[in-house]
Amino acid sequence: MDAIILLTLTGLGLAALYFLVASGLSLVFGLADVLNFAHGLFLGVGAYATWWAAGNLPGAGPDGLGFVVAVAFGVAAGTLMAVLVELVLIRPLYSRTIEQVLVTVGLSLAGVALLQATWGADARPFPRPAWTREVTSIFGAQVPNGGLLLIVAATLVLGGILAFLRWTRYGLIIRAGVENREMVTALGIDVRKAFTLVFAIGGAAAALAGALGSVYFGTVSPQQGGSLLIFAFIVVVIGGMGSVVGSAYAAVAVGLLQQFVNYYGTSGLGDICVVALLAVVLLLRPQGIAGKAVTA
Amino acid sequence: MSEPVLTVEDLSVRIAGLHILQGVSFTVAPTGVTVLLGRNGVGKTTTLRAAVGLTPRNGEVRGTVRMGAQSLLSQRTHRLVRGGLGYVPEDRCVFAGLTVAENLRLAERRGSTPAYDRVFALFPELDRRSRQRAGSLSGGQQQMLAIGRVLLNDNRLLLVDEPTKGLAPKVVTEVAEVLERVAESVPVLLVEQNLAVVRRLARDAVVLAAGRVAWTGDAQELLLETALTRSLLGVGSAEGHQPAGPAADRQPTGTAVDRVADHPATAASAPEDGS
Repeated sequence: MDAIILLTLTGLGLAALYFLVASGLSLVFGLADVLNFAHGLFLGVGAYATWWAAGNLPGAGPDGLGFVVAVAFGVAAGTLMAVLVELVLIRPLYSRTIEQVLVTVGLSLAGVALLQATWGADARPFPRPAWTREVTSIFGAQVPNGGLLLIVAATLVLGGILAFLRWTRYGLIIRAGVENREMVTALGIDVRKAFTLVFAIGGAAAALAGALGSVYFGTVSPQQGGSLLIFAFIVVVIGGMGSVVGSAYAAVAVGLLQQFVNYYGTSGLGDICVVALLAVVLLLRPQGIAGKAVTA
Repeated sequence: MSEPVLTVEDLSVRIAGLHILQGVSFTVAPTGVTVLLGRNGVGKTTTLRAAVGLTPRNGEVRGTVRMGAQSLLSQRTHRLVRGGLGYVPEDRCVFAGLTVAENLRLAERRGSTPAYDRVFALFPELDRRSRQRAGSLSGGQQQMLAIGRVLLNDNRLLLVDEPTKGLAPKVVTEVAEVLERVAESVPVLLVEQNLAVVRRLARDAVVLAAGRVAWTGDAQELLLETALTRSLLGVGSAEGHQPAGPAADRQPTGTAVDRVADHPATAASAPEDGS
């Protein structure tokens, strides 16, 4: 029983990480039709900026309020990066899918190379509060606090995004734009501002995933974003392009499936099962769990 | 004669290698309804979409479209709409996942007071169904919502694309009544296949054939000319002989004989050089 609780909560922790990366990816694809392979870079920038800030930024540090400041710095850096990428590289290429893929894949590779050239290819220890290294006993299971932190953060981000989509004018524009972008412009709305905004939201969530994922794993490495991005794409496809709620459900399914199969089966079998789940969803429900609609 | 509200000069549109519009020129009067007629595929919707800046990115637009002195083709869609060009697309295009109220709220423009009173006076149904998802409305209610969205703001010109398409005869009459009232205050360029609706609403007509203007003039005169309507629109005789009469006495019915013939797109096979 302890093992099931532990696997469930660590699976949800993993799901939280996937959701943080996938939510922005899903919104960007749903609204702007951009398949952003550079999304993992936002995660890397967030992680490294947090790591750097904890050691160098005045007021920031590895513990207490200083850690909050470091994470905020990392999130701000990831957001800024996402906005710059949208404005400088993506905006001139809207509706040119192949060029977008080439540019975002190239940027992703160049970004990883830049991180490696600057801080080395090896994983580095990540400064983190002492309590995140400890465990909490839940119904007898010793659950890592880093995983619980991810679950809490992802839940808050999910609630925040849904409230934003439900209650703000830009949220309304994004929900409408996912359905019919052209009609939004035909109502006199400059939809490009919404594109920039979803990139910013996605960049912030991915950067938060980078910072808190590094807390969970205890290290930061340049390849971190790329490996998580693969599963984030799977989550987006299973959840349905443009659906934040769909991404949340899909992330939970993928995270739990991975954890349980890897534990009760062979290590690595969980990843194969996730790909099998993707194939089943694509065959039975190609539009994903929630289809192309932003749910608020 | 007063200045036209819209002037289209030598408008050519190519999309994916097809020369859909081949030098179209016409004007829209500053009052009343001007109807754009023609068989399917001759470029009516393409004309409206070019005017409002919605030609696909793989399309090429040449020529001039002016609203008053303002050139439209160089501007982006949202700026044109904010400048007073209202657009009701074919097939309504309401946001199915949003409520009626959210669809309307989306059409509000910064710096102007939305005319909800006007919209709800014309379409009280929208007020009653404000919390209902637009996707669950009937076709007629969706059309009312699509028209209501543009009426939320003051416009200089409305482009309305096949508002009665796929609607029941009773709803066609309701939509025609609304457009008649709307046209009392703002000029309308209407694409319409239902000739009974055209007879009721239109003062001027522009007929397109194979991507070119085949005829322009008084809409009522056109409908009285049986041979002409048959050759231009592919429709039969009885409609052409009906007296014009007062608009209120002419009820659009939407029957098959009333509709412009559905012929294959002739423009698609037109020569690439536009000759």
